[in-house]
Formats: sequence, C-alpha cells, structure tokens
Amino acid sequence: MNAPQTLSRWPSTGSSRVPFWAYTDAQLHQRELDRIFYGPHWCYVGLEVEIPKVGDYKLSWVGARQVIMVRDRIAPKDRGIDHGIRVVENRCAHRGVRFCQSAMDGQVGNARSFVCPYHQWTYKLNGDLAGLPFKDGVKDGECANGQVHGGMPADFDLSQHGLTKLRVAVLHGLVFATFSDQAEPIEQYFGPNVMPWLDRIFQRPEGAAKLKLLGYNRQRIPGNWKLMMENIKDPYHPGLLHTWFVTFGLWRADQKSRMVMDEHGRHAVMVSRRNDGGENKAVTEGVTSFKANMTLNDMRRLDVVPEPWWTIADPSQPGQSITPTVTMITLFPSVILQQQVNSLSTRHIVPRGEGEFDFVWTHFGFEDDTPEMTQRRLRQANLFGPAGFVSADDGEVIEFSQDGFRQWTSDGKDTGATLCELGGTGTEMTEHMVTETLIRSMYAYWKKVMAV
Amino acid sequence: MTTASGVSPELASLLVHHAIDRRNAAYAAALDERRFDDWPAFFTEDGQYKVQARENFDRGLPLALIALESRGMMKDRVYGITQTIYHGPYYTRHIISPAQVLAEDNGVVHAQAHYAVFRTRPGDASEVYNVGRYIDQWVEQGGVLLLRARTCVYDSEMVLNSLIYPV
Repeated sequence: MNAPQTLSRWPSTGSSRVPFWAYTDAQLHQRELDRIFYGPHWCYVGLEVEIPKVGDYKLSWVGARQVIMVRDRIAPKDRGIDHGIRVVENRCAHRGVRFCQSAMDGQVGNARSFVCPYHQWTYKLNGDLAGLPFKDGVKDGECANGQVHGGMPADFDLSQHGLTKLRVAVLHGLVFATFSDQAEPIEQYFGPNVMPWLDRIFQRPEGAAKLKLLGYNRQRIPGNWKLMMENIKDPYHPGLLHTWFVTFGLWRADQKSRMVMDEHGRHAVMVSRRNDGGENKAVTEGVTSFKANMTLNDMRRLDVVPEPWWTIADPSQPGQSITPTVTMITLFPSVILQQQVNSLSTRHIVPRGEGEFDFVWTHFGFEDDTPEMTQRRLRQANLFGPAGFVSADDGEVIEFSQDGFRQWTSDGKDTGATLCELGGTGTEMTEHMVTETLIRSMYAYWKKVMAV
Repeated sequence: MTTASGVSPELASLLVHHAIDRRNAAYAAALDERRFDDWPAFFTEDGQYKVQARENFDRGLPLALIALESRGMMKDRVYGITQTIYHGPYYTRHIISPAQVLAEDNGVVHAQAHYAVFRTRPGDASEVYNVGRYIDQWVEQGGVLLLRARTCVYDSEMVLNSLIYPV
C-alpha cells in the first residue's frame, strides 16, 4: 500500500503538511538513504577525542552503512595539514564481510592494520589493500619445475580493491564523513548563519577547546528518524510536554529566543535564554505540565553556573553581545548538538529502516573543566538521554507519533498528514519561538532532494 | 546481619547472604508492585543510586543513565516518574540472582547480584528490558539493611526507547 506512486502526491504546495507516508514508506526510505545519507551531505561519525592514539578506532554509522573511524599515522610532509582521521566502510572488498568488531571489556579499539578473518585480506588504516594470501598462487611442492597453482589474475591491482573510503572533515573536534564527491567544504555546508553557533561552543580566544569524553547513552526508538530532527526543530513542545522546562524556566514561550537556519533550511539553531521560571499566566495558564508548587528535594540537580564562552558578539546584531543559556543545533541529517545550560552532548541519529532509529548520546565537557564543573555536567545529564527528566518523553512521543502514522488513510482532506502551521506556513527565521518554521524549512529542503 | 558470637564462619556468611537476598526480594516487590514511594527507603539518607551502561562503567567513563546522590534526589525521581515524565505505562518484573558477598569492611558489606528486568506494556507481549548486575554497598541502620550505594551496570547496549522506573 505504501507504493511509489504515493511519492508524487505531496498533498499541498508548501511544506506545512507532511504526509504520513513520508514516515512509513519503506521504498521512500531507501531513496532517503541514497539521496540524503549517501548523497552530498556530511554525516556525523564521532568525536576526535574518542580515538586519541594512532590505531585507535571506533565503529560508527553513516545511514545504514557501518563505518570505521580510525586515527592513522600522519606522513611527516603532511603534518599540520592532515588531521589523520580516516573513515572507511566496514565491509571487506573481497566477499563483503563486515569484519571489524567493537572492542569490549573497557578497551578502545586499536589496530595496526585491518584484517578480514575470512581470507585474511589486509588493509592499511586508511583503507588501502596492503596484501592478501596466495595472490601470486601457491608453488606445487611435489613438482620439480615449481609449477604455481592459482593466484589472482596477473592484472589484479591492489589499489583498486581497498575498503570504501569516505571523505572526512574534522570541525572543532567533531568528525563528519560523506560517501559523496559532491558535498561542499564543511564550513560552507553548514553555512555562515550556523557556523558562529558551532564556533561559540568550541572556539576559545586561545584556540580550539580540547574536549573531555564523559560517556555514552544509547536508545532504540521505534519511529522514523526525521521525527527526532523535527523534535529539536520544534520550540513549541518543550514548554508544554516537559514539566521541568516550563516550571524551572529552562525553555518556554516567554523567553527571548531566535530561530536560525542555513540558506537551504536544512540545518537550524534554536537559541534561547532562560528566565527565572515560576508563574507567568500568559504561558502557564492552562498548561497542565506547569507545576506551580513543584520544588526539588535536592537542589543540586539544578546547580547551573554560567560559563564565559556563553557570551559572544551577536552574529546578527553588530556591536551587541548575546548570552544564550541554550542552543540546540540540528545538523542535517545525522546529528544534534546540544548545549542546555552546563550539559553538552552530541546525539547521533542512526536510521534502521523507515520505522526505527538508534539514538546515541555522547556527553562531553572540556579538558580544562574543574572537577566541580564536570560533576555539574554529569548532574544535569539526568535531564537528558533515554531516562532523562526531559528527554525520555521525547522518545515516547516519537514512538506514539509513528504508531499514529501507521494508521494513515489518504482521504484527500490532508487528514493523512501532520500539520505544522504555528507561526504560519512560511520558512523564515524568527526572533521568537512560537513557530514551527524550522520544521517547515527542513521539509521544503527534503521535498526538493527527494523529488516528491 | 547482627552476628551472634559463637556462630561458625560458614553460618555467619549464610546469614549475611540470606539477609541481603531478603532485602533484594523486598526491593523487587516494591518496584514490580509499583509502590514507588517505598523505593527511596531502601537507601540511606545520602544513598547513591546509579544506572550505568556497562561500556561506561568498564571504561571508567563517568556518565550514567540515571545518577541520584541522596534520598531527596530519589524522591524527585519518583515525582518525575509518577507526575511529570510522559510515557507509555508498563509493568516490570525483576528477577534477581542470589547475592554474592565480595567483602565486608567497617560495617559495609560489598555485594553484587545479577538482575533481569522484563517489561510488559498493556496490550503487548513481555520483553527483556534491562539486564545487568547490581554492585552494592549495604549497611545496617536501626536493625535494617540499607543500601549506601547501588550501581546497576547494564549489559543491554540499547535502551528500548526509554527507561522510566528504577531498575
């Protein structure tokens, strides 16, 4: 029933009604993988700090393809221009085996070279095929004239049989990769509107901030991957769904906010500054999640301390500065970068078919954090992740959304579509959060790339 | 756990193991019977409760899925799961192995036990939800064994969407 003919029937001219089949059609999802995840887009694979030593590797994903992110040796002539990070597909060029395994028991993966155990094809860390057994055949020991049996054809060229190599870009310690030759340089890919918000978190007057890895949380969410992008492009829900945000003033409609995006509308930044919380009838009246009398038994949970880097020159108001307490950055298609007060994380989206994705949270701080700041980041981490006071319900709502979409019917009245028309049907940037403009913008881009 | 003098070491060990097993059974019953308000009382006032992925635990990475540092934080968690975190409700069923006492020092019993938690959502089949081990520190207060610390180190590499109730 989710046949390709539905692809051409986007129900309206704009992008404010998203048909349910955009979330439930398996063939459409294959096109998403080809055109989005394997197309001219940069996908997040990890943090440089996860693989500190030469040979360190970790397994990651670009779309549904597993890749190896590894730190290679740097040739002396390339010092200063080569970051040394390689990303290769985890699939042997011989018989297609996904051969590289995760390290266990507290180890970081480390390899001198990659060897597929099936026939011992051996690859350099950069994915080049270094050699394979019996390439030149096997001498017959019985035979006096030394006849050679088998071997690869004479014209077999090692250089043509390496692992699939992805292009790699390292930006502020974040590692991105793409299968495409067409993806533009990474700064250009994110664009001049988004870049200042990435710089803000990672750039210091003295240079790039060094990151400190705090750990991982992983969850499998039974919903279409785009729902997570939407969730973090949707400033409407946090002050309604999330009691903690509305009650403690971490995110709600009366805050000074700004919705930023790149020229294509695919990446976005929700920028906001928290207020003191409490009652403001304009935003709390009738909001059942607002708990006027809610207090914490242990206030250490909300021990927020401003950090100097929060304040930057306002990118869109020359001569003024801006001090947001939260920036939620969606980097299409695969990662969300979170700063919510002192909590910092990347959230990696790994699609698993049209109805499910894995969501991998990597929390980090900075190498020069005091022990108190590290503890603060860890305490605030309890708001986020699969068990978080705030984020757990996002995963739940996404699951129930997908359940609803599966019940779709095409009745010609758009009841088989989501409606995102808060703040109108346009795709402009705003200086407030009472809008779904970022969702509309992403779908305007998605429609174009997908040709539906 | 009060050790009577004159008890053989074997019998003393049996009594400690048995006392912990009884507390674990009561702990599982409180959670599986959804008496969440009873749960913080299994801990000391400054008790520590963590649910942490095995990969973080094994690598010495400090991030936990849930990290609570006092009974107060546990009460706040209970308020969260009963009042503020929107979620599809579910039953849990804890299967806890016999405890293994690892060490006793200065009145603190270090023990561990293996656990499996099954999840059953209304209208759905039961599924394996979270599997791991408890790494515990038990102390006696007022004649009752209380947890000074419980770290639930789970093997499961993926949380099935969300984890709301304590394990």
